[in-house]
Amino acid sequence: MAISLPMDTDRMTDRLSATETELRHCFVLGLGGDTAQYRLFLDGLGSHLRAYLRRRLPRAQADVEDILQETLLAVHNARHTYRDDQPLTAWVHAIARYKLMDFFRAHSRREALHEPFEDDGRLFVESDVDPTDARRDVGRLLEALPDRHRLPIVFVKLQGLSVAEAAQRCGISESAVKVGVHRGLKALAARIRGSV
Amino acid sequence: MKTDDLIAMLANAAPPVDRRAPGRRFALALLLGLAAAMVLMAVGLGLRRDLNEVVRWPMFWLRLAYPACIGSAAMWLTLRLSRPGVRIGNRWAGVAAPVAVAWIGMAAVLTQVPVDARLALVLGHTWRVCPILIALLSTPAFAAMLWAVRGMAPVRLRATGAAVGLLAGATATVAYCLHCPEISPAFWSIWYLLGMAIPAVVGALIGPRVLRW
Repeated sequence: MAISLPMDTDRMTDRLSATETELRHCFVLGLGGDTAQYRLFLDGLGSHLRAYLRRRLPRAQADVEDILQETLLAVHNARHTYRDDQPLTAWVHAIARYKLMDFFRAHSRREALHEPFEDDGRLFVESDVDPTDARRDVGRLLEALPDRHRLPIVFVKLQGLSVAEAAQRCGISESAVKVGVHRGLKALAARIRGSV
Repeated sequence: MKTDDLIAMLANAAPPVDRRAPGRRFALALLLGLAAAMVLMAVGLGLRRDLNEVVRWPMFWLRLAYPACIGSAAMWLTLRLSRPGVRIGNRWAGVAAPVAVAWIGMAAVLTQVPVDARLALVLGHTWRVCPILIALLSTPAFAAMLWAVRGMAPVRLRATGAAVGLLAGATATVAYCLHCPEISPAFWSIWYLLGMAIPAVVGALIGPRVLRW
């Protein structure tokens, strides 16, 4: 079961800048016409975008691959708008965010109402190469839980909010959030055992 | 389609990018917009008859500098807004600065005249038509600039539309300066600004629809 733990900030920053340097190198060579490097860039970007979108769309995992492809296409079509003096992360993040907002507008998902979209700049932190990740299944199992268990898990474990923030969003007390996470995870584990 | 297939397809359709193409496109749009505004002004309204005379007045150039400064700020904003992930922050202040200076000028002029003469100075002879004529003159520049921005990737569509409209309005005002009979800052600091604001508001309204990509 994939549950993301908050990462140590320093390590996060290091990984971020390493990915930035690496992907930017490939991208700039790609702009010059090096298709092999450009392909490396798209592959790397695709993995990061997938992880990013999965995190953003805990309840619309089925749409992740669609939005991912649309965003890759947008990045490709807009590659002449990249400025050499700007971080690639900022550029890609703005495009991904734009396409995601577009999706929210089109579908008016509940996520759009419940989760105001913050700029956490974490696009390059995690990478997800596997198109059929286990989290999709967790997402489905989660759907089966009652809201009082599901929402605390989604907010605290999947989106990394603090207990206090989650309590505020669910409109319940902090201890109820903790209990919800605990019981919800137990119920999930039981369901996973049952489904295997 | 599988994502890997899409990536392979995109990588194969990736010729070298001409990094200077956006700049050329914007320059062309600006020139076309200005030229069209000039022609419309010269044909539809006519140049000031005493133009030979007024080009020697410093106030003529100050008046011309007003839309020119606002236009430069709007151009700069438009360039930044048409690229994803470029910060704007408080750079709208670049637009506010020339306005503030002109309004200080207006206040200075108005304090020099008796109270009952002030309104006449502000309204001039053409306040009813000035903003509308500027808005009309701005339409070619507006269309040209929208075309240029549509070739880019703006992500803040409303703000981008407003910047494009303001730029088109400023371009039109530069042309209008060669026709306008009013010379007092008490007049032009207000009515020119209103004329430029009309396309800016239109831009903000239609931006999300027209600039979507």
